[in-house]
Amino acid sequence: MSAIQVIPLNWYLLLSTVLFTIGVLGVLFRRNAIIIFMSIELMLNAVNLLFVAFSSYLSDSKGQVFVFFIMAVAAAEVAVGLAILMMVYRNTKTTDINILNKLKW
Amino acid sequence: MLKLVCLVPLLPLIGFLIIGLFGKKLSKGWVSAIGCGSVFASFAISLAIFFELVSKVEKSYTIDLFSWISAGKLSIPFSFLVDPLSSLFLLIITGIGFLIHLYSTGYMSKDEGFSTFFAYLNLFIFFMLILVLGSNYLIMFVGWEGVGLCSYLLIGFWFKNTAYNNAAKKAFIMNRIGDLGFLLGIILIYVTFGSVGYYEVGQFLISGSYVSGTSVITAITLLLFVGAIGKSAQLPLYTWLPDAMAGPTPVSALIHAATMVTAGIYMIARSNLLFTMAPITMDVIAIVGVCTALFAATIGLAQNDIKKILAYSTVSQLGFMFLALGVGAYTGAVFHVMTHAFFKALLFLGAGSVIHAMSGAQDIRQMGGLKKYLPITQLTFLLGTLAIVGFPGFSGFFSKDEILAAAYESNKLLWFLGILAAAMTTFYMFRLFFLTFTGNFRGSNHQKEHLHESPKSMTIPLIILAALSVFGGFIGIPEVLGGHHFLEEFLKPVFEGYSLRITHQLSHNTEYGLMAATTLVMAASLFYAYTIYFKNKTLPAEEGEKLNPWHQLIYKKYLVDELYNTLITKPLNFVSGGLHKIMENQLVDGIINGIGTIVNWASTMIRLVQTGNIGFYIFVMVISIVLILFTQMI
Repeated sequence: MSAIQVIPLNWYLLLSTVLFTIGVLGVLFRRNAIIIFMSIELMLNAVNLLFVAFSSYLSDSKGQVFVFFIMAVAAAEVAVGLAILMMVYRNTKTTDINILNKLKW
Repeated sequence: MLKLVCLVPLLPLIGFLIIGLFGKKLSKGWVSAIGCGSVFASFAISLAIFFELVSKVEKSYTIDLFSWISAGKLSIPFSFLVDPLSSLFLLIITGIGFLIHLYSTGYMSKDEGFSTFFAYLNLFIFFMLILVLGSNYLIMFVGWEGVGLCSYLLIGFWFKNTAYNNAAKKAFIMNRIGDLGFLLGIILIYVTFGSVGYYEVGQFLISGSYVSGTSVITAITLLLFVGAIGKSAQLPLYTWLPDAMAGPTPVSALIHAATMVTAGIYMIARSNLLFTMAPITMDVIAIVGVCTALFAATIGLAQNDIKKILAYSTVSQLGFMFLALGVGAYTGAVFHVMTHAFFKALLFLGAGSVIHAMSGAQDIRQMGGLKKYLPITQLTFLLGTLAIVGFPGFSGFFSKDEILAAAYESNKLLWFLGILAAAMTTFYMFRLFFLTFTGNFRGSNHQKEHLHESPKSMTIPLIILAALSVFGGFIGIPEVLGGHHFLEEFLKPVFEGYSLRITHQLSHNTEYGLMAATTLVMAASLFYAYTIYFKNKTLPAEEGEKLNPWHQLIYKKYLVDELYNTLITKPLNFVSGGLHKIMENQLVDGIINGIGTIVNWASTMIRLVQTGNIGFYIFVMVISIVLILFTQMI
């Protein structure tokens, strides 16, 4: 435990923020739908990291319990999302979101 | 027996419902039986109530039916007031109503709207009875409006004719103008006295808290009088009555001679305490009454339609009744209501008989010499004419003399104008009689072949009404002629009970003198008409003939209708048309349609947000979340 206390909490905060930002930028700027899913996962994991760090530093186990929840939700979401993407690929032979633009009036 | 007074209006109402709902399926016989029978039953009960009141000492009974309006402090019960005044009116309404129902079974027998007619007639009787039986002003107002409605329905009975519909609308709208005054009067009564019941208002007045002549009482009485002007066709709201002759003749007899138009007089007689305490209003009433009497009499001198002459005669006689009310002769006014109901209904029904015989023609220039074809009609019409001109011994003589004596006592000028109007009445009534029944027949040969006396259902009411016109005046013989004025004694509790009333104080010689003067004037007028129309056999001018300017003016009814048209109808129509074009079409429709157009345009703009580009959607999502978190932080 004490080993973890050596690293200041701020550094964890910074790391988490950077990871989250990279995830957001990935969602915004990548064209491949699978890469977008990966970026979303990256965002979720950044948040997980933050939760665990705080839980350790404040000696409160609630943070870690919540991490489990997030992981379960992430898993479910990926399963459904990838299933939908697969169906889209089978019908249109592409995962480029600039081409999949039929979701309009 | 008094408890049965609820049945009096109820039976005609039930008659209306049955005939109105099932009339088309019932035979003519059944419709006549139910229609006439309900009114006859009401008449029988009214007769019983009348005799019971005569025998009893206590003369005023209130019969509560149910609590009608009760909201906080305002509590108005629905109750009937049976006293000498209302029981007398009950007799007039149901008695003459029954005779006219009987007459209508003959007159309207070939009309396809036979059952509708009787339904409307029964409804009218119901409302009129409610009007006179109510124990407070609000119930009277219900009846007041109801008879206005029935008047509209019955005038426009032959609704396929636009001119008749316009006459019906005119009657209703002019009535409404008066009704506004009446309603304001009732509201003012409530605000001042805290109650609308006759008895309660009377109590407030005798308790002395209101001195005679206070402005609030003058205001109340003037407003009530405005209502009476509309309903009883006085100047300036009288023009609907001649136009109302568009309705079938029994309607003219019932509504516009005997009952509805007398509602105004009933209302003022009922409120006699209020009016006695407002001398200014009494003067106004007397002046309006005598002016109307004179004005209408002059118009009647030149008319050629048999029903129009009788219509103007009605307006004139109503003017007499208001003159009586204005000088404080309440008994005289009610007496004249009664005798007028007899002879005017008789005259109208007689006119109907003539029109029936002439196959629908109403112009007296086409009649003449009908004496030998319609003997019963001619005799009864003559008796009615003698009654209306006030021939000594007939009913009209006693009532008219009472009014003129009261007018003389109050103001000699009023008396003089009254005598003048009476002279003109004699002239035009005998002009009508001579031109219609004497001389040679001037109609077409086709009409001549169809001339026939009316069936018994029409002549029997004529005979009964003639008998009443002749003998009906004997209940009011003044002491001057040795009689005991039964009617005055009977109505005393209503009019004198609070000793605030003006009393007569003419010497016997003056009264004899007045009677002689009236009779002399009447005889002179009769002789004049006799000379012109019987001996010299002059005929009225045909259409399009040139008349001297005065004659022209009277014939065109002083152009009052045209005046109202230019002053009121045309501007109103213009404003209404303008409002329609500008306010309705452009403004209101513009706003509503504009909202629709704006919504359409906005949706066209906003749907462009849905580009389908997923990258754009994600971008918007991220920005929105950032913004939300940002505002949360602040």
